[in-house]
Amino acid sequence: MIEAQGLHFAYGKTPVVDDVSITARTGRVLGLIGPNGSGKTTLLRLLYGSLRPSAGAVSVDGRPLERLTARETAQHLAVVVQENGGETTMTVAEMVLLGRGPHLGNFSRTSTHDEEIAWTALQRVGALHLASRSFAGLSGGEKQRVLIARALTQQASHLLLDEPTNHLDIRYQHEILALVAELETSVVVVLHDLNLAARYCDDLVLLENGRLAGAGDADEVIDSDLIERVYGIGVERIEHRGQNHLIFSPRR
Amino acid sequence: MAGELVDERRSLQPVVSDLGLGGQRRRAWSWIIGLGALLALGVLLGVGVGAVAIGPGTVMRIIGHHLVGMPGEMTWSRPQDAIVWQVRLPRVILGACVGAGLAVCGAALQAMVRNLLADPYLLGINSGASSGAAAAILFGVGAGFGENALPFSAFLGALAAGFLVFLIARSGGRVTSVRLLLAGVAVGYALYALTSFLIFASDSAEGSRSVMFWLLGSLGLARWGTSISVVVAVVVLTVGLVTLWGRRLDALAIGDETAHTLGISPDRFRTRLLVLVSLCIGVLVAASGSIGFVGLVVPHLARRLVGATHSRAVPVAALLGAIFLIAADAIARTLLQPQELPIGIITSLVGAPFLLVLIRRLHATSA
Repeated sequence: MIEAQGLHFAYGKTPVVDDVSITARTGRVLGLIGPNGSGKTTLLRLLYGSLRPSAGAVSVDGRPLERLTARETAQHLAVVVQENGGETTMTVAEMVLLGRGPHLGNFSRTSTHDEEIAWTALQRVGALHLASRSFAGLSGGEKQRVLIARALTQQASHLLLDEPTNHLDIRYQHEILALVAELETSVVVVLHDLNLAARYCDDLVLLENGRLAGAGDADEVIDSDLIERVYGIGVERIEHRGQNHLIFSPRR
Repeated sequence: MAGELVDERRSLQPVVSDLGLGGQRRRAWSWIIGLGALLALGVLLGVGVGAVAIGPGTVMRIIGHHLVGMPGEMTWSRPQDAIVWQVRLPRVILGACVGAGLAVCGAALQAMVRNLLADPYLLGINSGASSGAAAAILFGVGAGFGENALPFSAFLGALAAGFLVFLIARSGGRVTSVRLLLAGVAVGYALYALTSFLIFASDSAEGSRSVMFWLLGSLGLARWGTSISVVVAVVVLTVGLVTLWGRRLDALAIGDETAHTLGISPDRFRTRLLVLVSLCIGVLVAASGSIGFVGLVVPHLARRLVGATHSRAVPVAALLGAIFLIAADAIARTLLQPQELPIGIITSLVGAPFLLVLIRRLHATSA
């Protein structure tokens, strides 16, 4: 469980996250949603300690995040960020094995046991056949799968993802999120697309200008009046085959 | 698609050979062993060539005689003994160390600033050393240190430049790659200008020639003594540490956020690397001047041979760099005999076209 209490964060003088308290409950998928610039990614970065809050605190499984070392944090939180590996010529298997780093001594090498964990993770995300390919040569959807496999290899109790469906075709958006929602770990995911959020998240946190505009069951937060106010666009919610869908219409 | 295939195997035990890592490891080991043998051969041949050619058998006997007293009897002339043991062997060992050190520092810097064009001189450390050397040659700075005045004042210049870059790049406790790059380039240019100014201001033709020699690099200062032991120790330390830090370098090469999420503090790690690299480059430049292209090209070649994983690419780069510099020095000594060419001319002549080929290949594979 990740608990955040009264988080504040500002770039310069502009507050980006302003008095936000959230709880990511064990075994559930929590979605962070909100318009551009509402502070979703900043909030996520505060949750995994890449940024330090100017006020408030984060605790992971009951332990304060600021007391954990970088290595201990990585043992509790696995994160998939929007860094695509640049110009690396590493293979997929090597990329996934990096996830064992937080569990290995500074100078110790990966063992067969580590490789078995990497194998299982790759198999879990359906990317085992890519193992010896060059990571840089993969498609966007394949890269996301591999990065999720690397996060699984960390064997952390939480998985955090920053817009994992960015730049993906619609089919891969659904594949990736279906995969994430199936995992046994607790998940926190930043999402742009509200319909994807409605379908795959158990709980939602809606941000508006760095402040909490709504939090709770996905069903409650995906409320047409609330979304309409926060996003400034006409919203109609319909139910189709047991799923909530949002239909948008620009205001006149 | 492959998804279904995989699902059928879900209950199976992990088969780590699927990961394809064993082949890569075997390949890396064969390269390391092969290049190690080539390096040993390179030392023998490198000591043998020159104005007086000496066969590898004789070279081996002379070295054996001095190192372990085998063979005990001298079957070669005194001048041969002096040429091999006093002149050429220290020079070849210095060359191997400089090549290995430059290649490894280049690999570390390329990962650190995430730029394939990064080389050990990116941080302006060589310009600092050149300024120090110029000050020593032209104005007798550090004359109190006797025959070590030149390397010592070059080393001081290198350290000063490294420290300056670090101070500028570090702000608010963070050392980002972009700031490091910009600070290095700025300090490098400023110190290069300072060196040129010193040459002009000194008005000594003899002095400016020796400064030029310094800027282009040379192994001519090599002899047994403190300075070569320092070089060997620092290079061994650098190659060892960078190899052992391989996994962290892999993560850092992907990005700061990735490194952070894998349990590595990117700023702290970059600072440590910077201290190590500055120390190593400072020692190398003080011993041999600025030898271009080794630190830029050799890491790329090593990655092509054994892959991008640093724990494998770094030792291979060290071996390749050592071999390359021994060969380049042998050419520099013999091409225009009895005149000796600055070794930097050879490394750049060989390195530049090589880089062009690599760039072509790079585009072909990533496109």
